[in-house]
Amino acid sequence: MACDGSSMVAAWLGVAEVIRAHRDELVRLDREIGDGDHGENLRRGFDVVAERLAAMDAATPGAVLKSVATTLISTVGGAAGPLFGTALLRAAKALGDRATLDGTAVAEALAASSEGVIARGRAEIGDKTMVDALVPAAKAAESAAQRGDSASGVLAEAARAATRGAHDTVELVARKGRASYLGPRSAGHLDPGARSTELILTSLAASAGSLGEGS
Amino acid sequence: MKKIINDPAAVVTEALYGMAQAHPELRVQHTDPAYIVRADAPIPDRVAIVSGGGSGHEPLHGGFVGPGMLTAACPGPVFTSPTPDQVQAAVAAAHGGAGVLLLVKNYTGDVLNFETAAELIEAEGIDVRTVVIDDDVAVRDSLFTAGRRGVAGTLLVEKIVGAAAEAGADLDTCERLARKVVDSVRSMGLALAPCTVPHSGEPSFVLAEDEIEIGIGIHGEPGRERTRIAPAQDLVRTLLTPVLEDLPFTAGDRVLLFTNSMGGTPLIELYLAHGSAVALLNERGFLVERSLVGPYVTSLEMQGISLTLLRLDDELAELWDAPVSTPALRWGR
Repeated sequence: MACDGSSMVAAWLGVAEVIRAHRDELVRLDREIGDGDHGENLRRGFDVVAERLAAMDAATPGAVLKSVATTLISTVGGAAGPLFGTALLRAAKALGDRATLDGTAVAEALAASSEGVIARGRAEIGDKTMVDALVPAAKAAESAAQRGDSASGVLAEAARAATRGAHDTVELVARKGRASYLGPRSAGHLDPGARSTELILTSLAASAGSLGEGS
Repeated sequence: MKKIINDPAAVVTEALYGMAQAHPELRVQHTDPAYIVRADAPIPDRVAIVSGGGSGHEPLHGGFVGPGMLTAACPGPVFTSPTPDQVQAAVAAAHGGAGVLLLVKNYTGDVLNFETAAELIEAEGIDVRTVVIDDDVAVRDSLFTAGRRGVAGTLLVEKIVGAAAEAGADLDTCERLARKVVDSVRSMGLALAPCTVPHSGEPSFVLAEDEIEIGIGIHGEPGRERTRIAPAQDLVRTLLTPVLEDLPFTAGDRVLLFTNSMGGTPLIELYLAHGSAVALLNERGFLVERSLVGPYVTSLEMQGISLTLLRLDDELAELWDAPVSTPALRWGR
């Protein structure tokens, strides 16, 4: 099966499911170093994403991403709405009108996402934010694409790198976002934005893998 | 968690519905997207002053919509910024043709959403300016943090700029005044007990019976340090010392002192703290010319206070004294 619009819809319905399942965990992580709304905000947004995608006609992968992006921007609020929204808008733009995706396209979309998030959030690697999961994911995707991996292979590499990146935020002292107000007290906690980024990429990779797409 | 609610996910919508019933002088759009605007808006040729942020800080911001203060406000979910389309909708309802000033508290989410909204509003051909409020001295402003938070000083910016807009000041003047107040105001807060966000169901932090958090923001987040409870005069000194050092304020300055409840501290303790603060300021040679005491910028039911000091001159004092008629602040008419 090709990585096309309908498999993209299925993949994001899967993400919505994963976010719902991890809502409480994300609320708890955010309460430790932020204000405890990250899980609730994402759940609110992805509930609407699921509703809209279920009603969506066949579209290109880029159009699906754009729909998810605008829905998140108009429903999530907080920092996560504009940041995930920007990431997906940039990814959609990178994919353009392509009907199906190969490994290179996925890597390009991830590179555009991470550049977009860095520009919008003015954060860099080491600040203890979603950037710490997203940038390594984009880099791993680029290497995998250069080796000639398929779309699902590239996503799998990206997800593994995001998991490592998210785990590495535990030791960091936050320099951006609400956790930065805690100073040294923010160390010892997993960053909720890096964790949700990891969850999303892992879910997308699992969907792509189970669809058995063009290896 | 024990709260007067129905569904934790519907708290803001249902509260806005109630606010609409209580205040016919406002138009309260409680769903899709939510915003609050003066019933007589848009007012031709007046600058629209629009603010917003997460809910849970009541009466900020919706309670300050009305003649002499905000033209419109957009409430987000509890402790979460509004989305760009909410800001856009509030601006559309408020804009009278003379431009819009967005007053934004310095939190990552608020700044990002208002920034996105401003781009969309500008694309519609509306002259829009943004002033970010960052009065909290508990946060060290450096390249390594998101910068100081906007807290109770926000009310003073909204009141003073709102008075200017009501009097017909143009957008440049309103923007200049907002920056002047931001440059002249500093705050710091402490918590005796945390709050519980309805959708979370658990307190935002846990304190022992004799512990307090110093340097809290307004989102239930922990502060900069945890210490032991002390007599009010010591707590007041703990808050005012960094505030006075920061601007810095100098002896002989004319000031407005705003003693704010975080939501759960009763007026008797607020007045007691206010008296202690005035005594300390007098002792150090400051002229406390205006006072405001009450629960105005809250964190749900959090117990605690914040102290805000604004350096006054004739221009700011006159705009502060100008008539205001909103649900939560009302004088002079």
